Amino acid sequence: MSETLLTASGLQVRFGGVLAVNNVSFDVRRGEVFTLIGPNGAGKTTVFNLISRIYTPTAGTMQFQGRSLLETAPHDVASLGIARTFQNIELFEHATVLQNLLIGRHIRRKSRLWQELLFLPSVRDAERETRRAVEEVIDFLDLQRYRDSMVAGLPYGVRKVVELARALATQPQLLLLDEPSSGLNVEETEDMAFWIQDIRDDLGITVLMVEHDMTLVSRVSDRVLAMNQGEVLALGSPREVQTHPGVIEAYLGTADDATTLRRVRA
Amino acid sequence: MRFIFKTRYEQDIALAKHGGHRFWYGLLMLALLTAPIWLESYGLAQLTFILIYGIVGLGLMVLAGFTGLFSIGHAAFLGVGAYTQAVLAAQGWPFPLSIAAAAGLSAAVGAVVGLPALRVKGIYLGIATLSFGFIVEEVLARWESVTGGNAGKAVGSLQMFGWQADSGSEFYFVCLVVAVLCTLAVLNLLRSPTGRAFVAIRDSEISAQSMGIHLARYKTLSFALSAAFAGIGGALYAHAIRFLSPDQFNIIQSIDLLLMVVIGGLGSVHGAFLGAIFLIGMPQAISALKDYLPDVIGQAPGLKSVIYGGVLIAFVLFEPLGLYGRWLKVRSWFQLFPFYRRGLFKRQKSYMKSDRLK
Repeated sequence: MSETLLTASGLQVRFGGVLAVNNVSFDVRRGEVFTLIGPNGAGKTTVFNLISRIYTPTAGTMQFQGRSLLETAPHDVASLGIARTFQNIELFEHATVLQNLLIGRHIRRKSRLWQELLFLPSVRDAERETRRAVEEVIDFLDLQRYRDSMVAGLPYGVRKVVELARALATQPQLLLLDEPSSGLNVEETEDMAFWIQDIRDDLGITVLMVEHDMTLVSRVSDRVLAMNQGEVLALGSPREVQTHPGVIEAYLGTADDATTLRRVRA
Repeated sequence: MRFIFKTRYEQDIALAKHGGHRFWYGLLMLALLTAPIWLESYGLAQLTFILIYGIVGLGLMVLAGFTGLFSIGHAAFLGVGAYTQAVLAAQGWPFPLSIAAAAGLSAAVGAVVGLPALRVKGIYLGIATLSFGFIVEEVLARWESVTGGNAGKAVGSLQMFGWQADSGSEFYFVCLVVAVLCTLAVLNLLRSPTGRAFVAIRDSEISAQSMGIHLARYKTLSFALSAAFAGIGGALYAHAIRFLSPDQFNIIQSIDLLLMVVIGGLGSVHGAFLGAIFLIGMPQAISALKDYLPDVIGQAPGLKSVIYGGVLIAFVLFEPLGLYGRWLKVRSWFQLFPFYRRGLFKRQKSYMKSDRLK
């Protein structure tokens, strides 16, 4: 529980004159659900994009299991054991759910091109194994009935689950979930909460997520990091963060703001 | 309606998914094997061309249909393959070696052309490949010591290890074997990690990358493979046409090839061959039609181009999935009769794509 999986220290990202992330430090421990919260534009997704190496920070370092992420190419992040989902769903639309999940197994690829062109017995065996591993994920997330459906024809809620499934198919150690419950109805959000807990407890995968639904956050998170305008506001248990005066101010404004508002109205 | 009860993972991996597949593709194979019996020599030559263009189409399908990269200079690879074959065959190389060399050289050129693909996308890539096509055409015309320049180059008949494919039917069988092998190779590729990586790149680069797919490597690979198939097709083309000149590999040819895969149906292996049937069959249909048209239209120059253009526009507008997509609809209509719904294949409006991160 106490072993540190991911350490970020002094992260800073500057887009021209905008300081999207400024001096953000945190560490994610193995086996916990760690949540980033904050108002829109707080820099949460930017932090995700830093970890998956889509952006390079202007300052600061990131370590994953003692390896520097900054020295890792974007396509090698997955093989370190980091998988992610996207806020607005980035599935392979013109492929079936099954094919999407199979792509999730890409980093386990062992065959060479010429072996694949001939589809040698070794490739066949590897494919069978890949297929089996994917079926486990399908089972875990109850996707059986969508197995052969094209993603392009699936409802939003199901796509969200398929994206989670694809990330799980990589068998990651750290799972980055960017707003897992956005666009889901109450029932689907309930399911998502159960799954996140199961992912942590049964699969032993550490979860780092960005989330706005505070019910979900306080239900599943072990620790919460609140951000605003690129800076860290508070870090602690869900309850501590929710009652933190700075967080309340960031979301609701201060009493002074309310008085000014009233004065303007009057 | 057919319901397949799957009990083994093997069934998801197998190429023939059910008895129907085995029966119909077996029948097709039988028809192709006996083609020299039931087709007279002109028809057989046309069928040979369909196979050759089908092979080239397979290559372009890998690139455009599965990796989502468009090339408007594919005739160049065809040309590289054809001239390599012509030169090597003249030096007495046996066919298996020379066609492998043609494929290899085309692949190498393809990998080089693939380099801009790592930086530019969509229409810009189209322009880059287009200009590459012009460069190759120019090289073929100017490098007279090897290619014979604009005067052209004659190609002998296909030979290997003391055997010569003198008759049309012998050459047809060589083409058939090569086409079947190429098709199997592409099908195998598509059911293994590399093919899936291509599809991933086509649909979302950003998430392909986060799944651990090395974008640069796979894009280059796709270009190289695609060029290799075009080179193989080109090698056969050289023997089929017997006389090579640079203008056979100009922009018109490139556009014809692109037209072929779009009309056949992007993203399907069937589409490559359906497109080839269209491309070879259309001129015949047009010349048959000419006699029934008033002379003003029938004898007008450029009739072919107008019809091609019209057909392409019609396909893009009404049947983006091409001939293969149309076939899928017809098939479902029969399978579901009488319950086919008109909206069955309607594309749903896609949800917002996440902000492009780069």
